[in-house]
Amino acid sequence: MIDSHILEAHHLVKRFGDFEAVRGIDIAIDRGESFGFLGPNGAGKTSTMRMISAVSQPSDGTISIFGLDPRTDGPEIRSRLGVVPQEDSLELELSVRHNLEMFGRYFDLPRRIVRERATELLEFTQLTERANDKVDNLSGGMKRRLTIARGLMNRPEILILDEPTTGLDPQARHLPWDRLYRLKREGVTLIITTHYMDEAEQLCDRLVVMDQGSIVAEGAPRSLIERFSTREVVELRFMTDDHEEYFERLSPFAERVEVLPDRILLYVNNGDDTLRDVHAAQITPSSALVRRSSLEDVFLNLTGRSLTE
Amino acid sequence: MKAISTTNTDVSRSRWFRSWGYHAEFYAQTWRGSVASSVLFPILYLASLGIGVGHLVAHHHGLVDGQTYLHYIAPSLLATTTMQLGEGESLWPVLAAVKWVRTYHAAATTPLEPDDILIGKLAWVATRAFVTAVFYTIIIGFFGALQSWWCLTLPFIGTLVTLAFSAPLVAYAARSQSDASFTTLYRFAFVPMFLFSATFYPLSAYPGYLRPVVQFFPLYHGVALARAAAFGQGAMAAQLGHAAMLVAMAAVGIAWGRRTMRRRLTD
Repeated sequence: MIDSHILEAHHLVKRFGDFEAVRGIDIAIDRGESFGFLGPNGAGKTSTMRMISAVSQPSDGTISIFGLDPRTDGPEIRSRLGVVPQEDSLELELSVRHNLEMFGRYFDLPRRIVRERATELLEFTQLTERANDKVDNLSGGMKRRLTIARGLMNRPEILILDEPTTGLDPQARHLPWDRLYRLKREGVTLIITTHYMDEAEQLCDRLVVMDQGSIVAEGAPRSLIERFSTREVVELRFMTDDHEEYFERLSPFAERVEVLPDRILLYVNNGDDTLRDVHAAQITPSSALVRRSSLEDVFLNLTGRSLTE
Repeated sequence: MKAISTTNTDVSRSRWFRSWGYHAEFYAQTWRGSVASSVLFPILYLASLGIGVGHLVAHHHGLVDGQTYLHYIAPSLLATTTMQLGEGESLWPVLAAVKWVRTYHAAATTPLEPDDILIGKLAWVATRAFVTAVFYTIIIGFFGALQSWWCLTLPFIGTLVTLAFSAPLVAYAARSQSDASFTTLYRFAFVPMFLFSATFYPLSAYPGYLRPVVQFFPLYHGVALARAAAFGQGAMAAQLGHAAMLVAMAAVGIAWGRRTMRRRLTD
């Protein structure tokens, strides 16, 4: 068992009545790796996370975490995991510090240890000044950081984060990202779901793209982009209600053309050259933008849909 | 020898007890608001009804079942108080913990199993019930309503009444999607039960055809038991029957709650 994966799942299935939320996925995650599940809402990410955090039982398939089976060793596995759920689920009437200390007691940690760790983690998540405030009075970003701190109270070997920065302002996202990055450097295995491609690119060594309960691609962010998209993308907007009408005229200029409700994407290797060719052909968009390909484009290519719709 | 005996001394707190401790600590932080309803209100009831209505009763009948009216209703208010504690602790707080705030879901990501979360919760509610019932027993003792050594069982009777209500209601709340039905329960079950469980006058005051209905109310059994313990009256077999009813409710509630809690937290 030495050197085997810290977490492995085979043919994982989750059904709710007739609905199949997760449709037979396989995952293998190494110790110290930072692994992502990228997909839109409803892709089956949360159901998968709940199974691999040894909380919900799979309808079919097997999971091994630390070489243990969640069906029989749930408490032992969970004592070594940290979970940051999508909803903060904090005690709103209690103070920031009490939230941490009381949660730590669930792991049967002695009071002294719990107090030390709470102090440490408040520092780590920059909440020391708010330690005695009621959670209800915190901003969304602070609550999120507190939930991350709570997930670290038992010094987990794996930290599982479900949509860690969803709902936060762009500037409020950087602190959590930075802290997760530090944890990763300290050797904590991170498992993250997100529907933000920038989050996936920032944090994940490797990720799977999920859609409708299945894995549609797997790899490092950069290699997925290389495999499933072109180097650059030209985004064009026209003064029209239906961008579809430009599809035919623009097709010759790109390897692939995607029509979105508000714009057209041209997948090309050199965006500036393409833009010049388009202008030369007397096609005049109301706005034009050249950018590098992202995971969003990978997802669009694989599923024909956008991540955030 | 020593080496063998020390290998297993690292006894950790059992998991349900950690959940109990969580509730206890939570209460220690937030208890101020709940004291009025669990201690003050029953005393106000006792004073207003016992002294006010008791005055009228004394003029018309003299005694109720051989007791002054104040003494007569004192034990039944212990039963209603502990019932209300069971109700109040079990519906909204549990729905909040499984749906609105999801703190039980957070607890389910720790070593705790759904059973631990359930049992810890019920054990905590029982603890509060016991403490409340002890206080209450002392208070009705001051009013002179305790006439038998059986009154020492009152804290346990109070705890049993609480659990008989709390266990099924926790189970019910754990499977609820909204609190719409909770208000209905209060209006059409809890309040009528509070008023008509032979709480304020004896069963014999009801017309014959209504008595089986009254005896069907779970609270009736709690009231009868509390009264018997306070006054040291009534046949032992009847008291065991009352107790068995309450134990059965608690047992069915726990069995049901284990299912609903597991389903809610692990699906």
